[in-house]
Amino acid sequence: MPGAPLFLARAVYRRRRLRDAARLLPVLGLLLMLLPALGRDSSGDVRDAIYLFVLWALLIAAAAVLAPGLSATDSEAEPEPQADLVVPPRRASEDPR
Amino acid sequence: MPFNLLVLSCLIYVIFLFSVAFFVERRATQGRMGFLRSPLVYTLSLSIYCTAWTFYGAVGYAARSGIEFLTVYLGPTLVFVGWWLILRKLVRIGRQQRVTSIADLISSRFGKSNILGVVVTLIAVIATTPYIALQLQSMTLSFSVFAQDTPEAWLLPGHEDIALWVAAGLALFTILFGTRNLDAKEQHHGIVTAIAVEAVVKLVALLAVGIFVVWGMAGGIGAVIDKIAAVDLPGWQMQADRWIGLIALSAAAVISLPRLFQVMVVENVDEAHLARASWAFPLYLFAMSLFILPIAVVGLERMPAEANPDMLVLTLPLSEGQGALAMLAFLGGFSSATSMVIVETIALATMISNNVVMPLWLRLRPDAAMSGNLRGGVLLTRRLAILAVLALGFLYYRISGGSEALAAIGLIAFAGMAQFLPALLGGIFWRGATKAGALAGLIAGFVVWAYTLFLPSFCEGAVLSAQVFSNGLFGLDWLRPRALFGTEGMDPLVHSVFWSLSLNAVLFALVSLVTFPDPVERIQGVAFVNAFDREAQAERLGWTQGQAEPEALLALAQRILGEEALTFFESQARAQGKEGFLPDLTPEFLAEAERRLAGSVGAATAHAMISQLFGRATVTVEDLMAVANETAQIMEYSAKLEAKQEELSRAARQLREVNEKLTQLSVQKDAFLSQISHELRTPMTSIRAFSEILTEGDVPPQMVQESGRIIHSEAVRLTRLLDDLLDLSVLENGTVQLNLDLVHLGSMIDRAVQAASQTRPDRAFEIIRDPVAEEIHLLTDPDRLVQVFINLISNARKYCDADPGVLRIVVRQKSGRITVDFIDNGKGIPKESQRLIFEKFARLTDQMRAGGAGLGLAIVREIMTNLGGSITYLPGQRGAAFRVMLPLRLEKPAGGGGA
Repeated sequence: MPGAPLFLARAVYRRRRLRDAARLLPVLGLLLMLLPALGRDSSGDVRDAIYLFVLWALLIAAAAVLAPGLSATDSEAEPEPQADLVVPPRRASEDPR
Repeated sequence: MPFNLLVLSCLIYVIFLFSVAFFVERRATQGRMGFLRSPLVYTLSLSIYCTAWTFYGAVGYAARSGIEFLTVYLGPTLVFVGWWLILRKLVRIGRQQRVTSIADLISSRFGKSNILGVVVTLIAVIATTPYIALQLQSMTLSFSVFAQDTPEAWLLPGHEDIALWVAAGLALFTILFGTRNLDAKEQHHGIVTAIAVEAVVKLVALLAVGIFVVWGMAGGIGAVIDKIAAVDLPGWQMQADRWIGLIALSAAAVISLPRLFQVMVVENVDEAHLARASWAFPLYLFAMSLFILPIAVVGLERMPAEANPDMLVLTLPLSEGQGALAMLAFLGGFSSATSMVIVETIALATMISNNVVMPLWLRLRPDAAMSGNLRGGVLLTRRLAILAVLALGFLYYRISGGSEALAAIGLIAFAGMAQFLPALLGGIFWRGATKAGALAGLIAGFVVWAYTLFLPSFCEGAVLSAQVFSNGLFGLDWLRPRALFGTEGMDPLVHSVFWSLSLNAVLFALVSLVTFPDPVERIQGVAFVNAFDREAQAERLGWTQGQAEPEALLALAQRILGEEALTFFESQARAQGKEGFLPDLTPEFLAEAERRLAGSVGAATAHAMISQLFGRATVTVEDLMAVANETAQIMEYSAKLEAKQEELSRAARQLREVNEKLTQLSVQKDAFLSQISHELRTPMTSIRAFSEILTEGDVPPQMVQESGRIIHSEAVRLTRLLDDLLDLSVLENGTVQLNLDLVHLGSMIDRAVQAASQTRPDRAFEIIRDPVAEEIHLLTDPDRLVQVFINLISNARKYCDADPGVLRIVVRQKSGRITVDFIDNGKGIPKESQRLIFEKFARLTDQMRAGGAGLGLAIVREIMTNLGGSITYLPGQRGAAFRVMLPLRLEKPAGGGGA
């Protein structure tokens, strides 16, 4: 889209990265969950269980930290741009991320 | 514990849930939801994911296979933690398109396709059957454990009877609550709250058992960890393929299970709730899983080897003599099973009625959209569907013998539901996905699943013979159900999931690539894929103005939405700046109406119904350009121009209407003047003539008497006319004195009916009333109100041309206002006259047949205004219908009379 801004206001930039983090979180979680299935030795059930529960708790905590910031910006309309970095309202389908 | 006591406590618990649901429904209809719409309730209702499989089966699973049970909860955790990717879009689309079920979503995405809806529904019903059987089985087992007090005795004659009773009870509860009314948005606030309560019960129960086992029996966390480390069972070896496969499978299931779709998407009241659930729901799963492994390990150690590991949650506390704890655990398991069955059957019943029965019925009887009571039909279909789904579950339970481990059955169901995933995800992320592709993928995946997992789940020889197992179908070696294409040695479940989902996804993609979607598909594709793009949501699939009248549409909508249709039409009309119930048939209005209908009967059916009224939807060149999305800017500009033009032409239309009305009024006024002169002159003439006769004298006495009588009656007629005129002017000036009193509505209607029976006493006329609904006391001016009723009833007696005439009086009470509808079975009032009947001296027939001066309805309208209410003509009722609306308590006007 012609006129898509090259530089974004700082707050908007942060919000985009927050969304990136939200997208990456499940991928990271999956990778870490698959670890126990990779290196197997027969006596590791307890360690695996503790590892998985800790990982699980961390994922929940990460999601809880991310969620408020994401839901606050649920609407696609951007808030007031800062200074001279004008950010026109975009069409989501053409999100320059 | 005595069995009777157990049954009694179940009954009390069910009645408690029932009253929770009832209370919430009441509050919901009054619009006071408060905390009931909070993210907490939403999150708790999502816990419907944890069924009896979790409650009983997870411990059994852990006892058999170690930490593998965690996969069933890790998959959903990933999906929810990553809500921004998939769930957010699903919920948004569900709200935008007023989706009623997962079948509706898929059918709607692929061009509102009927066939796709049918296929998805069938797969869902078949894949759910083992899952419902699982709930019946676990409830039966838990009942038997208590009945016998010994864990081994569950294999008793008679536990099929228990299963039958349980199934019947669940069917009853679901029908009572799930199909009480037909909501436009298919939301069941009462049930959702009851399920949230059940979620708390099952969590508390499982935690209580866990805490008791860890600290009461095993002696603390350290001891439990030691015990877990000491276990050395062959099943506890972690299998990498199952581990990966099951995480993927449960992640797929949480998106495509019909009941989760129901609570997550359909029952969602606020998108922001999903953000909270993204971490709160995994937290719930975490808490549910925390004590599973300890309970399993302690159970393995303490209980005899032949004890059923699926029942450890009950048998462990029982063996320690903790009756109360066991009871709590039992109620937890009961909650898990009941909530799952209720929501799952409601979701399936909605699919069956909206995607299979209704379209079929409309096809068989194309005129059905215009006649008959559709609401009743839809509700009846849903009730039958609920019964059928539970019956299927019961049948599966009986045929499979109820002997398999709970987890194994649950995973079969998961693998079946996961077949929706390619079509679902492809549908919302890929515009190129087509109906043919979705259909091919779904059918292939379903067939492979059924052949490799579902049918083998019945005992060998029941459906598939042993020969098929060893040599393959038709003796083809590469078609063995456990080793398709020679892939021997795979775990049967992973084997089935791998082949069914791969074939499903590959066919979906390939067929989509080579086929060409029709225009409706492409438009829906854009709307779904660009769900977050506001401009893309501006109506693309429009209805052009057809031949149909708004009245026909209103009649159709009323048959489905009931009372709500009138409110909807009225608000739309007001939005267009019109009075009354009949908005202009603009494309926006039609699209909104279609969406409303879709909320009740599904997208495909709603589309078909409106098509029958308006002919085919026209897809304009602009629409296709939008689909191609090439000239978006030109489009936008011309769309704006179009909108402007539309606005102008609507303004012009309104002006024309006002002008027409003014002209008509002026004509009426002229007519009235000549009318009133005529009305006054006729009695005057006869008075003059007869008084002349009298003055001549020399008249026989009986002639004097006769003339006197005529003069008197003519004078009375004059007085009545003048009284009416006076009454009207008093009412219009607002100087009327109201005598307020607390009166009973029913007895006022009695009075009116009595008084009106003087009008045309000769004719056969029936009045249908509802004495119960009329049990209302209201503060108003009784004499004036009775005058209104008399007028309406005698009008019906006078003008209703049906024989015998039937008048229905329908009373409703809603948020402090009462509506009284008078609906007769005559021809009704022609559309062009409806706006004029409340004007002075309007008489629909020019003849003097009616005998009045045409002031009746004008007076009635003024009275109603003075009583703080209104009277309107209700179109689309197949007869003349008037709606009187008035406040329950009329406030005394402040300073007596208006200026």
